[in-house]
Amino acid sequence: MGKRVLLIEDEPNIIQAISFILSRDGWTVDTHADGRTAMDEVARRRPDLIILDVMLPNRSGFDILADLRADPGTESLPVLMLTARGQARDRDLAERMGASRFMTKPFSNAEVLEAVRDLVTA
Amino acid sequence: MPAGALTGSRIRERRTMLGLKQSVLARTVGISAAYLNLIEHNKRRIAGKLLTDIARALEVDPAVLADRAEASLVAGLRDAAAVTPDAGAEEGRAEEFAGRFPGWAALVAAQRRRIAHLERVVEGLSDRMTHDPHLAASLHELLSTVTAINSTASILVEPGEIAPEWRDRFHRNIHEDSQRLAETSQALVNYLDATGEQAQPVGAPQEELEAWLEARDYHLREMERLLPATPAAMVQEAPELTTTAGRALAEEWLARYRADAEALPLASFEPAAREAGYDPGPLAARFGVGMGTVLRRLAALPPPEGAGRLGLVVCDGSGTLTFRKPVDGFPLPRFGAACPLWPLYQALSRPLAPVRAAVEMAGRDPRRFMAYAVAEPMGVPGFDAPPVFEAVMLIVPGDRMRVPAEGALRVGTSCRICPRGDCTARREPSILAEVA
Repeated sequence: MGKRVLLIEDEPNIIQAISFILSRDGWTVDTHADGRTAMDEVARRRPDLIILDVMLPNRSGFDILADLRADPGTESLPVLMLTARGQARDRDLAERMGASRFMTKPFSNAEVLEAVRDLVTA
Repeated sequence: MPAGALTGSRIRERRTMLGLKQSVLARTVGISAAYLNLIEHNKRRIAGKLLTDIARALEVDPAVLADRAEASLVAGLRDAAAVTPDAGAEEGRAEEFAGRFPGWAALVAAQRRRIAHLERVVEGLSDRMTHDPHLAASLHELLSTVTAINSTASILVEPGEIAPEWRDRFHRNIHEDSQRLAETSQALVNYLDATGEQAQPVGAPQEELEAWLEARDYHLREMERLLPATPAAMVQEAPELTTTAGRALAEEWLARYRADAEALPLASFEPAAREAGYDPGPLAARFGVGMGTVLRRLAALPPPEGAGRLGLVVCDGSGTLTFRKPVDGFPLPRFGAACPLWPLYQALSRPLAPVRAAVEMAGRDPRRFMAYAVAEPMGVPGFDAPPVFEAVMLIVPGDRMRVPAEGALRVGTSCRICPRGDCTARREPSILAEVA
């Protein structure tokens, strides 16, 4: 496959675990932990999929998602949202704002892997 | 006569005891036997002259027959009916129901009271869950840590080769995360335990530090000595400081306490403060130190015998309270933002310019205080970085200093629990009725 995933998450051990399972599956994984500079990183890395945490330092994942959808270059880029807040209103908000998939913590590695495979081949 | 019986039942019982026929008693008090029958079966309420006449005929005091509980029972039933109108309770027959089935009626009224109480509890807890930033942050931390452990552990147990350096790293990660999980869970349990009315408000690291200082009346003798204890050693010997964050905050506070004590040693500062009437202005000039140091130092002095203590609040540049030393009559908010009218915030908008104001705290028993505030930079300001300020406010009660009544600034604790209705600074409605 060799496709590129950008993981935007601030929890170091989650970053390591997800990076490991995706790399083992053949993905190239870039990681970024700061909300404020996340859009610059997207422009620099040009990923095939973004895994985006909602609660990030300096800027919310929802704000980043809004920017992604407002930019013609990234408006259809698959985005898998991760959050520790599983309330229905967060899920609704994510869907309304154009998230491709929404996953609440704690999730299993298999779920993440399956979602990533689905979203890039879809 | 049973204590819980209603008026009609009491009349009937007393009449039977005297061997008096219903028709005879009815005739004596000038009503029909049928009407007396309704009264005796609690289907009609009586009071006033008729009750007095019946009591006289039955040779008892009217108070013996009257039942004060009856009115409150009927009111309880009406209240229950009003909150559930769809049930179609026959509201006009509440008295009859209470009379014929007093036990069941009491049960309905008691259930209503209990439901109302539980609704208030749920409302309070829901409000807390929604607006409590510490709880939200703790739960987020908990779920993130669980996710990290879950993902890492899955990698280790799944089939397939893992390079030894990765395996070692994942083992380390699990170990670290499990420690973090234990600590976060413990802090959360402490915090939730504190929701009970009797529990101590320990939980958030800031509250943990404040509870520890409160037990020492905010005066730390160990830090006043010529050769003081180190902050780390003091924190080590404080079993009340249970979390890493609480201990870190305490160390930071102690280091600052020590720096203040070195700038203003107790032996010279305490008598000078007394002589100056605890007015920070002359003290700052006399000792040549920053106003913030003087305000913190005054709040750390032990109060004179029988006098009220001085309060202190500190906020960062966002206005968030980072330290609270409460004082009687000037409640400090536990969560959320404080009253925007506090001189603390005026000081924040005018860095380095000390602010002094007489304030009157809202409440049923409004009390006046002198407030002294100043905002000063935190650390040494540098180039290419936003200046970071911190504001500090000393709260001096009226028994420690004369506070002018004229022109006192009317302030509150926070909008949600402030009864002042005419406030231009209000940002959200109050849950309290305005105090006249």
